Amino acid sequence: MSTLAIETKDLGRIYKLRGNKKKEARKELIALQDVNLTVKKGELFGLLGPNGAGKTTLIKILTTLLSPTSGWAKVAGADVDREPDLVRPRINMVSGGESSGYGLLTVRENLWMFSQFYGVPSKEANERIEALLEMIGMKDRMHTKSSDLSTGLRQKMNIVRGFLTEPEVLFLDEPTLGLDVGAMRDVRKFVLEWLRADKERTLLLTTHYMMEADELCDRVAIINKGRVLACDTPTALKQKLQKDVLFEIHTSPLNGLTPQMLVDQPEVTKAAITETETGAKLSLSLVEESALARVINLFTQKDIKVMNLNKREPTLEDVFVDLVGRSMAEEEDSGQPE
Amino acid sequence: MQTSTSWRSFRTAAWLGWVIESNWTDPFLFAVYSIVKPLSGAAILVIMYGVITEGNFDSALFPYIYLGNAFYIYVGAVMTGVSWAVVDDRELYKTLKYMYIAPINIPIYLLGRGGARFIVGSIAVLITILTGVFFLNVNINLAEVNWGLFFVSLTIGVIMLALIGLMLAGWTLITARHEGFIGEAVAAALYIFSGAVFPLDVLPEWLRPVGYFMPTTYWLELLRRSLVGDVAQAFPTLSQFSNLEILGVMIGLSILFGLVSVWVFKICDNIARENGMIDRTTNY
Repeated sequence: MSTLAIETKDLGRIYKLRGNKKKEARKELIALQDVNLTVKKGELFGLLGPNGAGKTTLIKILTTLLSPTSGWAKVAGADVDREPDLVRPRINMVSGGESSGYGLLTVRENLWMFSQFYGVPSKEANERIEALLEMIGMKDRMHTKSSDLSTGLRQKMNIVRGFLTEPEVLFLDEPTLGLDVGAMRDVRKFVLEWLRADKERTLLLTTHYMMEADELCDRVAIINKGRVLACDTPTALKQKLQKDVLFEIHTSPLNGLTPQMLVDQPEVTKAAITETETGAKLSLSLVEESALARVINLFTQKDIKVMNLNKREPTLEDVFVDLVGRSMAEEEDSGQPE
Repeated sequence: MQTSTSWRSFRTAAWLGWVIESNWTDPFLFAVYSIVKPLSGAAILVIMYGVITEGNFDSALFPYIYLGNAFYIYVGAVMTGVSWAVVDDRELYKTLKYMYIAPINIPIYLLGRGGARFIVGSIAVLITILTGVFFLNVNINLAEVNWGLFFVSLTIGVIMLALIGLMLAGWTLITARHEGFIGEAVAAALYIFSGAVFPLDVLPEWLRPVGYFMPTTYWLELLRRSLVGDVAQAFPTLSQFSNLEILGVMIGLSILFGLVSVWVFKICDNIARENGMIDRTTNY
């Protein structure tokens, strides 16, 4: 039995866009190109990229909503294009940033209805609804019409809808888009609790929030303009970018300490000093974190006090910039449709 | 497994459709709307008829057009109800994609949504007919009604309308703009070509074959014959055919339209999936 929850091979998708005028030739937009990914069962896998990178297109293909134009994809062992009926009972999806749902129905009715489409017995469905609403902190809104919910609560209801059917593979497409900080925190906590409750559960998350991917995901694929540029654990991605460890240290006056004295220490590769009102700010690049002890020892010899010490590691944003040459925000400004 | 999937798709969709249809306002307003809407439609026809015939409500023509118009409510309710579910779910509720990824039978789901509209439509049809009987001299003798023919015709006709609705739902899926008008346009065309309010003989000769090809023509004729047999038979369009012959033609055409509808829906469904149209919204 395969240990893979998701597998894609040379997956591609080209959209044909009609021009404004009827006689205008159709333009082609490459939304996905040669995407090769494998996601293991039990993994929380992240797709990280700017708007228009192709994340939603990939999710649409994996959830059987859209046919690929090249390559193939399997979810839960079944081909999404040829065997959609085998895929659907085993998946679910939640899209963020939209107010979907039947406003005339209460939260419970909305959720119960979807559970029925998945064949969950009514009694069991009601128990699950209650438990999940409790987990996400909106049990008290169970009998509220969904049209009366705030955007954040409606989004939470949708998240519960996705989890309610206990899918083997769950797709979350920007689930925290448009939520306030508190709601985002609730959702992330909920996602992790749900995933950890069963090792067979797999979750594919798309996001353009770097911190979200870093915090939640076991592995991350960085995607831009339809291509997967890198795929690894967040830590490994950052380590590949920069092997040195970065520190930023605020100290009392340096008493004659120079950058060269610091670089002369073993395993200190770079040192920069900036004078401040109260003393100095040092930026150090170390081969190993253990080299910090030698630096601190030098401070002691020079009677320098450490006021503040921060370890600064490369972020996924740094990784993205390194791979693409531009920040995510700059990429989004290029305006390719998702 | 397949039966179970189809049944839960239909049952839950019908429940959803009914909740949407009946809960958009408070019960009192819903009741008023359910009565006023069909009566307003009938009133327009009655007034027009009264003006043109100078108040000759005793003519056999009146129950003919009155009942045709009353049962035509089902066309708008069931046929348009099925196709409108696509517009509702995709544009308004933004849930169509979630329906599509669920392990349900989408055509059956859409038919279930139409099923709810059948209930609402039945209320309107009943109110319209009762008004005709009690206030407008539409004479239906319950003892002479051919109930067997009535219920068989009604059932087959409603299924036929739902299946035509499925074809329109497929068309709606692949239509980017103005998809909401598809059902209305087809319903209006059928109104002219099905002999709903006038015999097909009124149409120019070259247009009559269109009417003869529509299963709705035979459906309405059978419903009228089953309720007011003699009056309906007095009209020339299908008078040379027996009830059984008309029923046979209706069943044959219903099967043909049903098969074509399912086929068209499948093609449109594939096109929608290939072109990413299932969750596309037009934002107006």
